Amino acid sequence: MKFAVIVFPGSNCDIDMFHAIKDELGEEAEYVWHDAEDLSGYDGILLPGGFSYGDYLRSGSIARFSNVMKEVVKAAEEGKPVLGVCNGFQILLEAGLLPGAMLRNKELKFMCRTVGLVVENPNTMFTSAYSENQVIQIPIAHGEGNYYCDDAVYNELKENGRIVFTYEGLNPNGSLGNIAGITNAKGNVLGMMPHPERAVDALLGSADGLSLFQSIVKHWRDSNVITA
Amino acid sequence: MSLLLEPTAQNIKEEKLYREVGLSDEEFGMVESILGRLPNWTELGLFSVMWSEHCSYKNSKPLLKKFPVTGERVLQGPGEGAGIVDIGDGQAVAFKIESHNHPSAIEPYQGAATGVGGIIRDVFSMGARPIAILNSLRFGELDSARVRYLFEEVVAGIAGYGNCIGIPTVGGEIQFDASYDGNPLVNAMCVGLIDHKDIQKGQAKGVGNTVMYVGAKTGRDGIHGATFASEELSDSSDEKRPAVQVGDPFMEKLLLEACLELIKSDALIGIQDMGAAGLTSSSAEMASKAGSGIEMNLDLVPQRETGMTGYEMMLSESQERMLIVIEKGRENEIQELFHKYDLDAVAVGHVTDDQHLRLIHKGETIADVPVDALAEDAPVYHKPSTEPAYFREFKQMNNEEPEVENLEETLLALLKQPTIASKEWVYNQYDYQVRTNTVVTPGSDAAVLRIRGTEKALAMTTDCNSRYLYLDPETGGKIAVAEAARNIVCSGGVPLAITDCLNFGNPEKPEIFWQMEKSVDGMSEACNVLNAPVIGGNVSLYNETNGTAVYPTPVVGMVGLIENTKHITTQHFKDAGDLIYLIGDTETEFGGSELQKYVHGRIFGPSPALDLEKEKNHQANLLAAIHQGLVKSAHDLAEGGLAVALAESTFGTNGLGAEVDTEDSAVTALFSETQSRFIVSIDPQHKEAFEAVTGGKHIGQVTAQAALMIRNKGQLVVNRPVKDFEDSWRGAIACLLN
Repeated sequence: MKFAVIVFPGSNCDIDMFHAIKDELGEEAEYVWHDAEDLSGYDGILLPGGFSYGDYLRSGSIARFSNVMKEVVKAAEEGKPVLGVCNGFQILLEAGLLPGAMLRNKELKFMCRTVGLVVENPNTMFTSAYSENQVIQIPIAHGEGNYYCDDAVYNELKENGRIVFTYEGLNPNGSLGNIAGITNAKGNVLGMMPHPERAVDALLGSADGLSLFQSIVKHWRDSNVITA
Repeated sequence: MSLLLEPTAQNIKEEKLYREVGLSDEEFGMVESILGRLPNWTELGLFSVMWSEHCSYKNSKPLLKKFPVTGERVLQGPGEGAGIVDIGDGQAVAFKIESHNHPSAIEPYQGAATGVGGIIRDVFSMGARPIAILNSLRFGELDSARVRYLFEEVVAGIAGYGNCIGIPTVGGEIQFDASYDGNPLVNAMCVGLIDHKDIQKGQAKGVGNTVMYVGAKTGRDGIHGATFASEELSDSSDEKRPAVQVGDPFMEKLLLEACLELIKSDALIGIQDMGAAGLTSSSAEMASKAGSGIEMNLDLVPQRETGMTGYEMMLSESQERMLIVIEKGRENEIQELFHKYDLDAVAVGHVTDDQHLRLIHKGETIADVPVDALAEDAPVYHKPSTEPAYFREFKQMNNEEPEVENLEETLLALLKQPTIASKEWVYNQYDYQVRTNTVVTPGSDAAVLRIRGTEKALAMTTDCNSRYLYLDPETGGKIAVAEAARNIVCSGGVPLAITDCLNFGNPEKPEIFWQMEKSVDGMSEACNVLNAPVIGGNVSLYNETNGTAVYPTPVVGMVGLIENTKHITTQHFKDAGDLIYLIGDTETEFGGSELQKYVHGRIFGPSPALDLEKEKNHQANLLAAIHQGLVKSAHDLAEGGLAVALAESTFGTNGLGAEVDTEDSAVTALFSETQSRFIVSIDPQHKEAFEAVTGGKHIGQVTAQAALMIRNKGQLVVNRPVKDFEDSWRGAIACLLN
């Protein structure tokens, strides 16, 4: 399986995503610069964390106008897996691929630490390798991760299993309903604030994030490999 | 228009205007004789910044010469953007520490942020990929609203810059003492990784080669920053706010990536950061190091504002700019490279053979000055030195135990002292994991980063207990180096080298100069014995507010090599039943200790002693035990002594406790700050092997019951749940801020 790691000016978790795929998952990955015009050669699209364009305006609000975003939208429509982590999640919100918006963390401070995440829905292409209500240890590192949406959207997310991850115990950023990650209605676009790509090697504290990437690969194999 | 307001050469001399930009009468005389004429306003500006202490080290040079700066692993010593040390397999580590004290005192967010930005540029100007940031911070006591403001904003500034640029902020230390009330210290260290073949130099070689300006545009911010950094602070320092620069970490991220791409190009001849004294220092130093000259046309300099004078452009300290020298004729490919990142890359001049810095603006030559006069030949002063009366008085005092009624309550109180308390309120605001190499995150003795694709890792720390240095600068200087090495060793690493940031008061005061002299003597000796040469650093003088100096604070930044990630060790106890050992004897030593400060509200007496040979042996023994796989946890004993170190080793272990027996007098056993000591936990099966290697003393065991129990001569003096201690320790700083 071949992944595109989209690099916006100011992306800084691109290298983490790249190595998680290459070294730990053992699949192909390529960096794709923000002005790229064609993503048809990739099976999965990864929007990494960072501070695209400095995030001096609302996070992700400039990156979503990048050339490559038209292609990301197209890939999402085609049903390819699209994963946005941290700033990548913020960009997906700004681009309208996911509903809702981000507010600043409730304590108005950047926050970096490893938190427990509850797998609320293991029946997605991103979470099939987890079990329901499994608690996984994944690092967070953000200043604007306080997810917000209106009641209608929240109910829609809740009822359709689109809230994939919630924070276990103390909510670190004040997000609505402890939301840490959500999918689109079709289930092929996942945005999450925690960084699964930082949790793929026990040497660094946790390898719980690897199953997320393995789930994506499994889904791709199941739907693409026709003959044995 | 400011152009019209520039004084004439005659005015400068007659009205002694040079004094306003920090030059003395004698120095102005020197400038006159170097040029053989009177300098104009622009030229005066060049001399003023280049001859400031910040750029020229004119008061500290004779002392810096005492440092050992060579070693078999040293690839680049002091004098370039950062020092570089070999770590084998064609790789090397580049690192440097630098101060941003004065800017942070008046504009803490931007002061700290641009301190981080500046040190990162120093490292990538060498061609190295920055992999980690550390910070050594000093503030006054947190009971002052102003100090709380400075503390919160400095932390926010470091976080704002480091998080955005995407380099993990992994460690450092913070201490609080009234001597830093009006003059906080903000020292930032950056560590980078580089292949030997990519090492760059800041040299303008090859007559006719092109000088290019890359990065952000030049504005009027930071003019005379270097001069301001070389003065004492006072109540009127707020007026100097315009001398503080404003940082743009996004711009620097682009510049960083572009420059690391640039170093792969064979068109590149030399590269240097425009740091303090901006365009002036980068051009003059690059030419001086290469024995060449540079001519620049300032009309071509990318400008953020209109109507800037040559003086303003040359003295601006706008951030995120670099000066590069490239092979003539290859400007287009360099421009293309930078345009990919939406950055300016403009040919502004060329290398000449006349060893002059010549500046053209609007068709006129506005400055023509020998580069060596600016860079190498700045005046050097040997300041008078006097042993202060307080030192003799302290030295003659006896080491007495402070009176303690309740040992358990005292331990609880010490854990709440902000210097000892957990700094997680601070480091949880820093992204310490980005780039996914951080194996040991903030909170242990040293931060550890793996080197991807190898079995190796790097340990890094900053240290300096300035209370000891105040009481006895020579011994305190030794301790600063030794403690840094202890932290590296506890993490499983071999110390490679140090970078230092010498923060002192006004060197024109003989007692202050004496502190500098003695500190450097002590540090040099320790560096020699512990085989950790000085590969670079920075001097920050005039750290005084309204005449009162900070404690002498020569911060030591050290990097160590861990040959195999298997050797990585942390301070935390691992398993119940493990045996706890103390390496090193304990004496009654309370001068400058946390307990003395807590009980008496001030520090006095002799600092703890340090025997460097003993230190070296203890470190070597512990490291040997770690390498043989005998050690589960290791922690050095520092502020608050054994009791604090034991408590810290139980924190974050999810339910472990400790039970130990002590023999000396209880106060000494628990809280003395005798040097060269470690507590270590081991698997019981390694008892004999460990004792044979280290000669450590078995004092207790790790328990499954989460309580800290300390006996003294058989009597239980501390017996309390770990949670009580941990909650106090974790919550103390947040509590003081709210």
